[in-house]
Amino acid sequence: MGTIFDIAFLMATLRAATPLIIAALGGIFAERSGVINLALEGKMLTGAFAAVVVSYYTSNPWLGVLAAVLTAAGMAFIYAVASIKYRANQVVSGVAINMLAAGLTVFLVQVFFGTAGMSPAVTRLPNLGPFTPIVYLAPLLVGMSFLILYRTPWGLRIRAVGEHPKAAATVGISVINVRYACVVISGMLAGLAGAHLSIGTLSVFVRDMTAGRGFVALAAMIFGKWHPLGALGAALLFGFSEALQMRLQGGGIPSQLIQAVPYIFTMIVLAGFVGRATAPAALGEPFRNE
Amino acid sequence: MADKERKASGLREILVPLGATGLGLVVGAVIIMTIGENPLRAYAALFYGAFGSLDRILGTLTRATPIIITGLAVALPFKAGLFNIGVEGQMLMGALAAAVVGSSFRGLPMLVHLPLAIVAAMVGGGLWAFIPAWLKARRGIHEVINTIMMNFIANAVLAYLVVEVLRTPGEMIPKTPPILSSAVLARFGDSIPGITARLNMGFVLALLAAVALYYLLWRTTTGYEIRAVGLNPKAAEYAGIDVPRRIMLAMVLSGLLAGLAGAERILGFGRTLFLGFSPGFGFEGIAVALLGRNHPVGILLAALLFGALSSGGMRLSFATDVPSDIIVVLQATIIFFVAADQIVRAIIFPKKKGVA
Repeated sequence: MGTIFDIAFLMATLRAATPLIIAALGGIFAERSGVINLALEGKMLTGAFAAVVVSYYTSNPWLGVLAAVLTAAGMAFIYAVASIKYRANQVVSGVAINMLAAGLTVFLVQVFFGTAGMSPAVTRLPNLGPFTPIVYLAPLLVGMSFLILYRTPWGLRIRAVGEHPKAAATVGISVINVRYACVVISGMLAGLAGAHLSIGTLSVFVRDMTAGRGFVALAAMIFGKWHPLGALGAALLFGFSEALQMRLQGGGIPSQLIQAVPYIFTMIVLAGFVGRATAPAALGEPFRNE
Repeated sequence: MADKERKASGLREILVPLGATGLGLVVGAVIIMTIGENPLRAYAALFYGAFGSLDRILGTLTRATPIIITGLAVALPFKAGLFNIGVEGQMLMGALAAAVVGSSFRGLPMLVHLPLAIVAAMVGGGLWAFIPAWLKARRGIHEVINTIMMNFIANAVLAYLVVEVLRTPGEMIPKTPPILSSAVLARFGDSIPGITARLNMGFVLALLAAVALYYLLWRTTTGYEIRAVGLNPKAAEYAGIDVPRRIMLAMVLSGLLAGLAGAERILGFGRTLFLGFSPGFGFEGIAVALLGRNHPVGILLAALLFGALSSGGMRLSFATDVPSDIIVVLQATIIFFVAADQIVRAIIFPKKKGVA
């Protein structure tokens, strides 16, 4: 048992945390601007799929990453049009986007590859030292997100729009445009996180391969109190629990229950038993230009 | 928005779900054409797969049964202004309780055992709903995130118990011991030759639940209070309604219904519990409730539509070259348009842009 926590375990933790960190940042951008982001899961899955398709046809995984980012951004744009322009219920349209991604990716696997639920192996991202470049990119993105949100006028606008959209509109900020931009950025980040899963850690697309990681990222966002650095910490913790779960599989310790840890933590934090996580004030409220 | 929607004519209330379904089918047709198939042939195969014979009609009703109940389970708290995304997890807990109680207590008469197993399932679902209900009513914490989290926790608990604790020895796939004959919901097709559909007494329970929900919401004071909380919690409070109590009640009743859906799947349909027995009945319930405008009659029709899509979809890939996963795409698109009903309104009533 003493050998569980070795270098390999640390690496597994970082690898598992990477998509959570990046997707959680995506969640933060959207929710800080006041748009609920339950569709992280679907956008990650879309990205994972697009990355594999493009890497398959071009043998260039970098183009795969680009495709993942763009495709997930497109998915996010559809969500943005519904939830921002047409003021659709954000929870429901988020659920719909997740379902759409789950159905469409499996459907397209069949169309593109003629296989049921799994793509053939494609060229994966090269390793740079022990990890793929996306793993190194994740902390950089955290730093960038922090600087953007808290040290630039643009970040101030995003937060203003999420807290007091009316006031923001009064001083001339376009609430609608800021929200569109944030939701699309959130899609790009989720797409990148998806690419890490399909052509970073593996080299195939498998049906429902995100397996709830979009929601773990959402949990990391809440656990981290909608702050990039907090989300980084939470994602590392949840990545640790995922690595632990893989390590303990078949070892007599109920690894299935460890799966529940991120979710239980999130509920405890939300309940205010350990510090209080408060969502942006205008989260989920559609904005109407008057 | 709510009062304006109430003023909208009944016709419009029906046109939006119909429009959403129509638009969903159009999007599906475009996707089918993109892969070089004929959408009309595909939809014909789908229809035939869902309604082409008595067995298939019964199969469609079987597939509709759990989502009638989960649809009702989503609709009830929705009327109180709450979003119970956790119906899936509550149903899993109900199924777990049904599997445990239904496979234990050998020798009990059916008159005792079956009701006991059903009540256990409902209590299981109700308890799982009680946690987010309490957190919402007493501590003001939004139920959406908590119910999502509890879905995953339910999944983990179920995986642990089924794989490590309840697993039938000697079985390849981890599943719970079979339900004893004293605790099963009778299947209608068992005595009819040529019928493979597993439509069971759970379907009758689903219809009864729909009637009960209608009665509760529109014929009792409690139901009136629940709806009042949903329309305007502040006004309800001034009118002397105990809002937290009504919130708790709506959520826990929803959990009881979710548990009932689990009971139908385990005691009637499957007669054992294996992991992954639910393709997401709880989430389909969200779609069904929305498409059915949170009204029991609408929910029955919407569940029938989704049940037909799912059961017909299984035949789709036999009869055509369209992968059956197009069904999930269709369902997702329909929900999407129901959520974004302004898009549907803009298309159906182009001159009255910005209605509601």
